[in-house]
Amino acid sequence: MSQTVANCPNCGAKIVFRWSSSVQTVCEYCKSILVRSDVDLKKVGQVADLPPDSSPIQINTEGQYGNKAFVVVGRILYEYDQGGWNEWHIMMNDGASAWLSDAQSEYALSSSLKASDLPAAAAVQVGQQFTWNNQRYTVSVVTPAHYRGVEGELPFQYWDKTKVTFVDLRTASRKFATLDYSDPEPALYLGEFVEFDDLKLKNLRSFEGW
Amino acid sequence: MSVGTPPPSGPSQVQPRALNCPKCGAAITLHSFGQAVTVVCASCRSILDAQDPNLAILQQFEAATHDVKPLIPLGTRGKLRGTDYEVTGFQRRSTQIDGITYDWHEYVLFNPYKGIRYLSEYHGHWNDISICKTLPTADFSGANYLGETYKHFQSADANTDFVLGEFPWQVRVGEKAAVSDYVHPPRVLSSEKLDKEVTWSIGEYMYGREIWDSFKLSGEPPEALGVYENQPSPVTINVTGMWVAFAAFAVLLLALMAVFDMRAKKEPVLQETYQFNGADLKSEPSFVSDEFALDGGTSTVQVKTSAPVDNHWIYVNYALINQDTGQAWDFGREVSYYHGYDSDGSWSEGSRTDSVVIPSVPAGRYYLRIEPEVDPSLRSTPYSVTVIRDVPVFGIYGIAFLALLVPVVIISFRAYTFERSRWSESDHPPMELSSLSNSSGDDE
Repeated sequence: MSQTVANCPNCGAKIVFRWSSSVQTVCEYCKSILVRSDVDLKKVGQVADLPPDSSPIQINTEGQYGNKAFVVVGRILYEYDQGGWNEWHIMMNDGASAWLSDAQSEYALSSSLKASDLPAAAAVQVGQQFTWNNQRYTVSVVTPAHYRGVEGELPFQYWDKTKVTFVDLRTASRKFATLDYSDPEPALYLGEFVEFDDLKLKNLRSFEGW
Repeated sequence: MSVGTPPPSGPSQVQPRALNCPKCGAAITLHSFGQAVTVVCASCRSILDAQDPNLAILQQFEAATHDVKPLIPLGTRGKLRGTDYEVTGFQRRSTQIDGITYDWHEYVLFNPYKGIRYLSEYHGHWNDISICKTLPTADFSGANYLGETYKHFQSADANTDFVLGEFPWQVRVGEKAAVSDYVHPPRVLSSEKLDKEVTWSIGEYMYGREIWDSFKLSGEPPEALGVYENQPSPVTINVTGMWVAFAAFAVLLLALMAVFDMRAKKEPVLQETYQFNGADLKSEPSFVSDEFALDGGTSTVQVKTSAPVDNHWIYVNYALINQDTGQAWDFGREVSYYHGYDSDGSWSEGSRTDSVVIPSVPAGRYYLRIEPEVDPSLRSTPYSVTVIRDVPVFGIYGIAFLALLVPVVIISFRAYTFERSRWSESDHPPMELSSLSNSSGDDE
């Protein structure tokens, strides 16, 4: 694994990119949000303190999905009116990027799929069906959420967002899809729900009394 | 700032949050860490926003009854399906059906890695419940989940009446959700609709004893009353399969009977017709038949007696006697046939032919001693006697058939009555029960 090393333009601390395609990272010392350009790192913002959080996952948590090992390199924290959830940015050992979401200890793995003709947010209704990769998905809920904070490395710039609309689609199996309306162009993620034990996670946070 | 080892992101160990109720100042500790969305102040019954650093007051409720005490106290830990869980929340819910209020209890269980699951308890019946990760398909009659079919049991509104502890959702007292239950014992699939959001959960029946063992509770679990919607039937075998097996066995019995019938020689060794004359009553009534040989090994011997009686009887005392050893088998047979006509129509009783089988008669030379008695009103009648060697015996098959039929019928009946009790509580009660409840409803 080749690591790219740079220095934080704000505090000078060493910044190590675990994933070569990372576009954004957060300085672990001064919490500056740094965006990578061709030559250097530019500070674009500052992460406010993240709320007390109960995810057992943290940056550097390692796990397994199928026969591939992965490591957690980044995170986006979202909030909606019923609570919050984490999208952990993971790097698979084949270099691919994926997302491990943790919504109140319900775990799911997904990755981005390039798709055209994705519906506009306003046009999506609960119960509507879509087919991607020969799999039929049914819209189960449309969630207005907001971006709460970031940590670590991300495959895109994500630091000045406010409101985000997510469309969750379910199937009769463990597979699901998410339509992400963070950007003007909708993004599609396909994935499946996974069992905590199957992920064989290591380097987890510990909880007092557990 | 030094450029040494980076500080860990966040505290290395997650601590339970200790806070104070903004209403009454009582100490509140969040045991389910950040997963608590709402928390209830135990002293002033305020429902607080657990996600808010200042614990904003969301609702204040009066407990209608103060004696609602969880059977498993909050904070109790137990092992369920191999994972440790702590009871962090408790609520009493109720539903009204035909003017009757039914209430039950739900417990929130928490594990920081595995998340949340639930227990429900109604009259000593327990369910281990988790949120469905795949979406069931449902219509009015049933639902399908992970390839299994669930029958619709009941749809009703569930009210939240009383809450304690922490909840991973925005709980409110007085909130009403539309709940539908679909059963496939021991599982129950439930949909809960609140506002626009539908949540599906899957429950599995548990006995109070298992809960008591899991959470190491003292005393005895409350006795389970009646039959619960997804309680497994005490009849664990498949009733249809049992009848199929029974039918297969009956066919086997018939095949065995056919084989033994074919293999039996059915060899006639004596066939005589005698005449009984009432006029000769003074003469010696007993006589002996011609001698006959029973060849081969020990076998059955059938003796048939027939007479053309018509509203009369004849009775014959027999002795089958071995000429060489003197061994004798004594038996008496009656041939009677009665018929007539009464207010119920025509009737008949008896038969003009009688048959008896003597088991295990050794080979040898034999004769019959015959002593007939005849209905005094019958002056004279012919009667014939036939002796057949090596006939099949079918009585044992009848006994075997009954010995299997009786338990099959009893088990089927038990399964039927259990299912009837189950469904009598549903939206789809068995026919006769629904007509009963309708008629009692008219009386009210």
